[in-house]
Amino acid sequence: MQKIIRWIVLISLVVVALAPILPQFVWSFSHRWLFPSLLPSEWSLEPWEYAFSTSSRVGEAFISSMAIGIVVSLLSIIVGLPASRALALYDFRGKSVIEWLLMVPIIVPGIVATMGIHQVFIRLRLTDTFIGVCLVHLIPCIPYMVLVMSSVFANYGTDLEDTARTLGAGPVSVFRYVTLPGILPGLLVSTMFTFLISWGQYITTVLIGGGSIITLPMVLFPFIAGTNYSNAASISLIFVAPAILVLIFTSRQLGRESAVMGGFGKL
Amino acid sequence: MRFLTLMEKLRVPLMIFPAVALICVLFFGGLTVGLGQSLGYFPAIGSYNLTFQYYSDVLTDSTFFESLWLTFRLALLSTVSSSVLAIGIAMVLRQSFKGSRFFTFMFQLSIPIPHLVAAAGIVLLVSQSGLTARIAYALGLINVPRDFPVMVFDRPGIAIQLTYLWKEVPFIGVVVLAVLQGVGPQYEEIARTLGANAWQRFRYVLLPLIMPGVLSTSIIVFAYVFSSYEIPLLLGVRYPTTLPVLAFKNYQDPDLSLRPQAMAMSIILTVIAVLLLVIYKRLAKYAVNS
Repeated sequence: MQKIIRWIVLISLVVVALAPILPQFVWSFSHRWLFPSLLPSEWSLEPWEYAFSTSSRVGEAFISSMAIGIVVSLLSIIVGLPASRALALYDFRGKSVIEWLLMVPIIVPGIVATMGIHQVFIRLRLTDTFIGVCLVHLIPCIPYMVLVMSSVFANYGTDLEDTARTLGAGPVSVFRYVTLPGILPGLLVSTMFTFLISWGQYITTVLIGGGSIITLPMVLFPFIAGTNYSNAASISLIFVAPAILVLIFTSRQLGRESAVMGGFGKL
Repeated sequence: MRFLTLMEKLRVPLMIFPAVALICVLFFGGLTVGLGQSLGYFPAIGSYNLTFQYYSDVLTDSTFFESLWLTFRLALLSTVSSSVLAIGIAMVLRQSFKGSRFFTFMFQLSIPIPHLVAAAGIVLLVSQSGLTARIAYALGLINVPRDFPVMVFDRPGIAIQLTYLWKEVPFIGVVVLAVLQGVGPQYEEIARTLGANAWQRFRYVLLPLIMPGVLSTSIIVFAYVFSSYEIPLLLGVRYPTTLPVLAFKNYQDPDLSLRPQAMAMSIILTVIAVLLLVIYKRLAKYAVNS
């Protein structure tokens, strides 16, 4: 009995997981696909030709999405890593205030802050710029980085670092050979999350990028809104590909019993 | 020597400063500007006098309350149903069986997929001429698309909910799984030897262990749906729409005098979100302790 329930759950899990994605493959090769046919009546490569044409701006958008995602992830690591280590391993006055400060953007809707910062950026001439978009993406990204990494650091003993230091290792080699390997699985997952948060941003990019910075969600949006599903499907699949690649690299860390995902439980 | 102790003292401040500074400037700075503008401080249109006019404008508008109710309902339903489903699936996936790695991967599949792509997929699936409707036709259940229930551009917002469910169940589930895998079998075995049945073992042994994880992930999900923009814009009715959509519409209006109203709306949204979360945390603490 229990086995039957398990298999029903598992099979529906696979069906539900794939149902919104697989049909998009078929849509991306369809020219005419009217109700009630279960398969397109006319097939075509047009949606893909369109996606790869320069007039669709998909390639350009892919590059800027990727560049923004990478810059935002790197910046999140640079500012987030020391902060999460301090929060996890040191006790200091005002610690709970700092924790609260860094977590608030996850909980409080970012809409006011985004509209407010838009006004500031107009004055600083940061609207319509690459760096302006990166900065606004940092608002949701830094808190997630700190949330996950402080949990990783809390589970990580510093004994090994002390030993290395006693043996004469300098700060750089301690970080390179001791700290980094210790936190690497967690760092991979948190970097994946920050990259994907930036990768999926829509309204913040529209507002701050002002149409000068075009990212993939901005190219995709009008096709969904305009119910042009063939073109929407080919662009969707281009948009999804890096995300799936990232998951393949981090799936084991996500599934494992670890402080990494547990970090989300410590908000 | 003195230099060293100074460095020791400065170590923690130096480590936290960059992150705190960025968040303070970008998030709290933005919040402050927004708050100022909602109170009428808007130099760009030559308005410096502080007033509650925009708040009373918003609070006397029935559109605002309809949007607020819709936003709240969507967030609450998505959060509760995602949490329940996530716990259920995690309970199945935690057992070890052949192929569990494959099924866990399939479960995680939607986590990295952008919300927009999920929305497109859900429309293709559940619209009146979508794949489900076509399968229903093939099975002889319906004759024309009209016979299929309306799930996109509908007032209840079923497609919106489905999109969030598809995205957020795995997110909560993966966190629950991580906790469950850390628990190990010993607790349950003790409970079993003490005569606890399956339901009691779940309710009194496992649930208290996974509850903290479920609580904080459900807060993340609630806050996310509460401030979401593109999904309700794409899949929902024009009126009433969610508060973020309404606020951004006012904000981007060429008529700059609507901006303070947009700010007032989002400040109210923010205050309500924070209040709800405080109440939720209190209730949750109470529920866990009793």
